[in-house]
Amino acid sequence: MTLLPRPVSVALGWFTLAALGALAVLGLWVAPSDAVQSDAQRLMYLHVPAAWLAYLAFFVTAIGSALYLWPRTRAMVWDHVAGASAELGVIFTGLTLVLGSLWGRPIWGVWWAWDARLVTTAVLFFLYLGYLALRRIPADPDTRAKRSAIAALIAFVDVPIVHFSVSWWRTLHQEGTVFNSELSPEIEGTMAFTLWFGVLAFTLLYVYLLSKRYELAVVEDELEEAELELAIAERISEPVGSAVVRGAP
Amino acid sequence: MTLLREALLVAAKDLRIERRAKIVLSQVVPFAVIVLLLFAFALDPDRGVLTRAAPGLFWVAVLLASLLAVSRSFSVEAENRARDGLRLSALEPMAIFLGKGLAVLAQLLVLEALLAVGVVVLYDLALRSLLPLVLATLAATIGIVATGIVYGVLTAGLRLRETLVPLLVLPVVTPALLGATRAWEASVDGVPGEAWPWVAVLGAFALVATTIGLLAFGPLLEES
Repeated sequence: MTLLPRPVSVALGWFTLAALGALAVLGLWVAPSDAVQSDAQRLMYLHVPAAWLAYLAFFVTAIGSALYLWPRTRAMVWDHVAGASAELGVIFTGLTLVLGSLWGRPIWGVWWAWDARLVTTAVLFFLYLGYLALRRIPADPDTRAKRSAIAALIAFVDVPIVHFSVSWWRTLHQEGTVFNSELSPEIEGTMAFTLWFGVLAFTLLYVYLLSKRYELAVVEDELEEAELELAIAERISEPVGSAVVRGAP
Repeated sequence: MTLLREALLVAAKDLRIERRAKIVLSQVVPFAVIVLLLFAFALDPDRGVLTRAAPGLFWVAVLLASLLAVSRSFSVEAENRARDGLRLSALEPMAIFLGKGLAVLAQLLVLEALLAVGVVVLYDLALRSLLPLVLATLAATIGIVATGIVYGVLTAGLRLRETLVPLLVLPVVTPALLGATRAWEASVDGVPGEAWPWVAVLGAFALVATTIGLLAFGPLLEES
């Protein structure tokens, strides 16, 4: 079972690769270097799309989880989609944090700042890391799916609360020392095009990776089932009474 | 109201077990006090850092202890298939959630009272503006307990629960730690006006956590 028909998946894969290649050319050579930040600003073309992709992935996880919990739409496909999407979300949240840190060092002079967005993203990373750990614990597929879906929805509800409390905390204590207006100029022309192109390329990458991870999840399930059947068959084919021999006088 | 009566029944059962076994009192409370001592070793008490950081350190200690209290709340039903008994008891799952929550809440409030004495004595912290302080503590603890109970039942019976529960609970309760620390700081600094907004945030968090718990506990207990 696949999310996308095979020809579509293959075409999407090549198309994504081409889009990422074009993004590299656009971001590194075509787009002009920033007046204030010079070449460091080029990290934006990866950082912003990665962050967008992370949020998209967690949103899809929440939708998949809700659809699994809703009795009328309950199907394993939603559990697989939720799990696959959360994995991508965690990877791209991690990428967002690393890229942001690399960008922050030359521009702000620090690897990390206690800004609301940064703190929320870090909490987000750990929220879903916990979700993935929960998913990895072996259990009956239906039980695991239900448990994971509830955990995913709790994480999803928690994110706005975390963001609200963190941003309130930071704004109460200090005015934006980092994100002031001078450092976030209006963006237009080639730079805006490159940024939007990056978002598009990363979205394609997300769809492609999601469909592949989904296929992998289905195969994993099949493998587990086959191993179980094999074990049962071996147990049945053992000679009758063989278990008694050891205890016999 | 049967829901409340059933909840009190479950809470009384858990508290009776605690009265007889005294696990929280003889293990979790000393653990929390040791954490207070460890902070003093880590941050030199002579430099005033300890007093300034006291509200945050208090809440970190509470949070760590709450993980143990929640874990204990579910390990009392781990043996002799007691969880099956609870499931078959015909008690409303919402009542079981409330009952287990109330029992852990009562234990944590006692622990917090003892720890508050600890920070006053050991860290030289002067507690002022008691009303926002107490309300913030209550709301934050309700939020932490409700979250803990949900993840407690979510992981009940799993082999890896000891290592999994902290990873699941701690990121979710970050707003409670943040709000409670800020409310305490404001109260200690003698500016209760700055504490009240945080009390409201903590109240909202407690409400959301309890609502989710009431909704999710039944299905999770069924699967555990």
